[in-house]
Amino acid sequence: MQPLDLSAVDLVAALRQGDITAVQCTSAFLDRIEATNGTINAFLAVDREGALARATDIDARRKAGKPLGPLAGLPIALKDVLCTSDMPTTCASKMLQGFRPPYDADVVTRLRMADAVFVGKTNMDEFAMGGSNENSAFGPVRNPWDLSRAPGGSSGGSAACVAADMAPVAIGSDTGGSIRQPAGLCGITGLKPTYGRVSRRGLIAFASSLDQIGPMARSAADCALIMETIAGHDPGDSTSLSVDVPRYTDLLDKPLAGVRIGRVPEHYAEGLDPEVAKGVEEAFAVLKAAGATVHDVKLPHAKYGIPTYYLIAPCEASSNLARYDGAHYGHRAEPGKGHRAEPGKGHRAETGKGHATKGAGFESPLVEMYCRSRAEGFGPEVKRRIMLGTYALSSGYYDAYYAKALRVRRLIRQDYLDAFQTVDLIGGPVSATPAFKLGEKTDDPLAMYLVDLYTVGTNLAGVGGISFPCGFTKSGLPIGFQLQSPPLAEPLLLQAADRFQRLTDWHRRRPKAIGEAKA
Amino acid sequence: MSTVTPFTTIIGLEVHVQLMTRTKLFCGCSTRFGAAPNTQVCPTCIGLPGSLPVMNRQAFDLALRSALALECRIAPFTKWDRKNYFYPDLPKGYQISQFDLPFSSDGSLAVVDPKGAFEPRRVGIVRVHLEEDAGKSMHDEAAGTGDTRIDLNRAGTPLCEIVTQPDLRSPQEARAWLNELKLLLVYLGVSDCNMQEGSLRVDANVNLHIPQADGRVAKTPIVEIKNMNSFRSVERALVYETARQWEEWQATKVEMGKTPKQTRGWDDPAGITRAQRQKEESSDYRYFPEPDLVPVTVTEQQIASIRGKMGVPPVSLRKTLADTWKISPYDADVLVNQGPELVDYFEDLATRVGEGKVASNWMQQDVLRVLNETNGTVATFPVRPAGLADLIGRVVKGDFDTSRGREIFAEMVTSGRSVDDVVASLGISAVSDDDVIALCRELLAANPKIVADVKSGKEQAAAGLIGQAKKKNANVNPGKVRAVCLDLIRGME
Repeated sequence: MQPLDLSAVDLVAALRQGDITAVQCTSAFLDRIEATNGTINAFLAVDREGALARATDIDARRKAGKPLGPLAGLPIALKDVLCTSDMPTTCASKMLQGFRPPYDADVVTRLRMADAVFVGKTNMDEFAMGGSNENSAFGPVRNPWDLSRAPGGSSGGSAACVAADMAPVAIGSDTGGSIRQPAGLCGITGLKPTYGRVSRRGLIAFASSLDQIGPMARSAADCALIMETIAGHDPGDSTSLSVDVPRYTDLLDKPLAGVRIGRVPEHYAEGLDPEVAKGVEEAFAVLKAAGATVHDVKLPHAKYGIPTYYLIAPCEASSNLARYDGAHYGHRAEPGKGHRAEPGKGHRAETGKGHATKGAGFESPLVEMYCRSRAEGFGPEVKRRIMLGTYALSSGYYDAYYAKALRVRRLIRQDYLDAFQTVDLIGGPVSATPAFKLGEKTDDPLAMYLVDLYTVGTNLAGVGGISFPCGFTKSGLPIGFQLQSPPLAEPLLLQAADRFQRLTDWHRRRPKAIGEAKA
Repeated sequence: MSTVTPFTTIIGLEVHVQLMTRTKLFCGCSTRFGAAPNTQVCPTCIGLPGSLPVMNRQAFDLALRSALALECRIAPFTKWDRKNYFYPDLPKGYQISQFDLPFSSDGSLAVVDPKGAFEPRRVGIVRVHLEEDAGKSMHDEAAGTGDTRIDLNRAGTPLCEIVTQPDLRSPQEARAWLNELKLLLVYLGVSDCNMQEGSLRVDANVNLHIPQADGRVAKTPIVEIKNMNSFRSVERALVYETARQWEEWQATKVEMGKTPKQTRGWDDPAGITRAQRQKEESSDYRYFPEPDLVPVTVTEQQIASIRGKMGVPPVSLRKTLADTWKISPYDADVLVNQGPELVDYFEDLATRVGEGKVASNWMQQDVLRVLNETNGTVATFPVRPAGLADLIGRVVKGDFDTSRGREIFAEMVTSGRSVDDVVASLGISAVSDDDVIALCRELLAANPKIVADVKSGKEQAAAGLIGQAKKKNANVNPGKVRAVCLDLIRGME
């Protein structure tokens, strides 16, 4: 029995039946991580000792006939945006290098309770801002299908580690496509649940109204299994939905007869790679063959998705990231002339202002500490978004930018709700191109922002989305297909993706042996 | 003290009141004052990454109670906003507050001076909103290190912000209004309004309206005064600032709008306001809706339920007390202004004594005097209403005169013992009527001159007998001795 070859569903079954022990399973993945992480750079932290201790404990409990959680012994990788009390949590930022939260994220607690085994924390774009994983302070992740290419982002480490068999399951977060896009570029399956379906408590916020945690795995069935553990109401997250969690795995094996799938003609505009377009059309054909019907639908405001997203997300981010000021935790610039707050200068509203216009002369040691800590701790993309958001929220600009973006966001959501009056799901590409070369877009932020073209709508509307492989390019790169659903229709998303995967084998393909990365 | 001035003083107040909740506004940490620094904190109130706020409904209900008592309009739908600014005692880099949709607006609170020092004044309330408090920065100047220490125990404590219209017309009025507001909030049980502990903080906006010869009204630039630590400082600061603005006006004639709004800090020991650093531009807090919280809805039923539990506000209580116990509005005002516990004590006492005026006099002349002298509270006052009523009853009956009664009262306060025990320990006993008559006969026999004087119409001469009676028996009631002696002399004809 080779654990690396098994899906999460099969692994859990094999563990339960005693075909394999948790220690064997965990060791196999840890060994794989050890062998390949130097090349892929998918993990920022690997907890070999902790994982093996946990696996040993699970085996002992199983042997003693004690009750075990539904994921007992299943290795899982966690995106480094999720707080873990036993592993560092850095958001791939120098700002939080070495930071260890005093608590676990709600999803981490749920997975622990289910007896999953955490193998480590995965690389990502810094603070989840990016679509290529090149914004990590700890180096880019390489796409296992082509080491010269990006895995996508921001959950690039999570996607790559599943694609490279370093973990059967990884947890990601999706603010504008950060689960679905890297899943698509790495040939795996990733689910972005409805906003509020999975608690955000302990997920380090990028854009609070858009962030959502979800599973990334080899198949829709594996995602369904993980969702049963991580979904559910959390009284500690005011935006978490108080709705019962379905038995997703029981709802998979149903025919697609009568399921109406929408196709958005605007998706096939200029810029869509022909091979991707072809793969997507073939996916529609498979779904039709499975009994679904395909209908053209309109999302009239989809074209405003990117500008809307790139106002709302940076606005929220500029505020969410204000706490990283060097005062309480995280990176603090080394004292220069002295970083003490000036005694008696307690007039808060003025502090922190004016330094931009004063050149190198800081108005106080406190402001200097703030400015230098943030200048040193954040990478360029994070700074760019903080500045964008700060600008767009400033008085005089708020109405023209943020307030308008909120209005457009409501229109986009309405588009989706209207479309879902006539179809059950909406299908299409995940991203316009297959995985691009590392460095290809790093000098062009706008081009990089466009990689989110097909995915941001889901987040702006707060609905669900899944992406899974639907073919490969001639050069051997995965092509992703995306399905979006009405709020809380994850069972249908998973059912459709699972049906597709019963009829195709794209998701079973593995990258060739991973060698040394070429510089 | 009303002087005619060549200008009208325009004052508006901004009051922050900490609500008396057990836990903070968005987490479960205790709000108790005085704990060791940074011991009442959790990931949420220190703003750790990934932490999320959850609203404390009790805090919202207390805020709602305050707004209803201030006759505000309650919004059926209200949301939270982030107010963004950097400061070390604000760990998230933003304060969760309310910006454009506060939960209440358009209220008022009237203040009346029972002595008539100013006209009754109805002060409009622009809005009342709820927000979280920041932590505390302690600038360690004494140690000479210049370090600033941060205590986050207070961070996240629920704070009600009450903003008035510029309806107040004198520093005196402002102080009286603040007293009334504090009293109301204490009666409502929403805050202890302890200024020393920072549970009530006041900023004042003030300027002058000066009628000009051409009929136009010139307005001086509005100044915001901060850093006032008592209502007395508020009054003093406003008096100072009013005079300062008048002088400045006469010297410069600078009007509102010609210069940016100024913030001045009150220096209490020096008794002056000092200009704080001028803002280069108005602060931009980049308010936007708090995405981590859901909007709050308030139904008519919730409002009705909170109204039902609100109790009687001071303004109604004054009238009720005056009417029920037949005491003067002034007396009712004095009692009510001492707070709900004292009013409860008074009503208990008055019920037992059966007469409000007598009970009110004892409250004001004796109970309040002791409380003031000892800085005590009525809750821990050793003489309870039953004991005091017993004493008052006997004084009214004539068992002891008032000065004897006060002696007994003083001993009851110090020893905490009952009237009977104190009377016994001091060797006081009531003197029977027969004994008084016998004593008076004895005195009359020994003082023929006084008897003659009284007979000739000089009743005041009887006073000489009272001193002698006290010497012979310390327990006699002087009033009674006087009355009996006069009766006996009249009977001699």
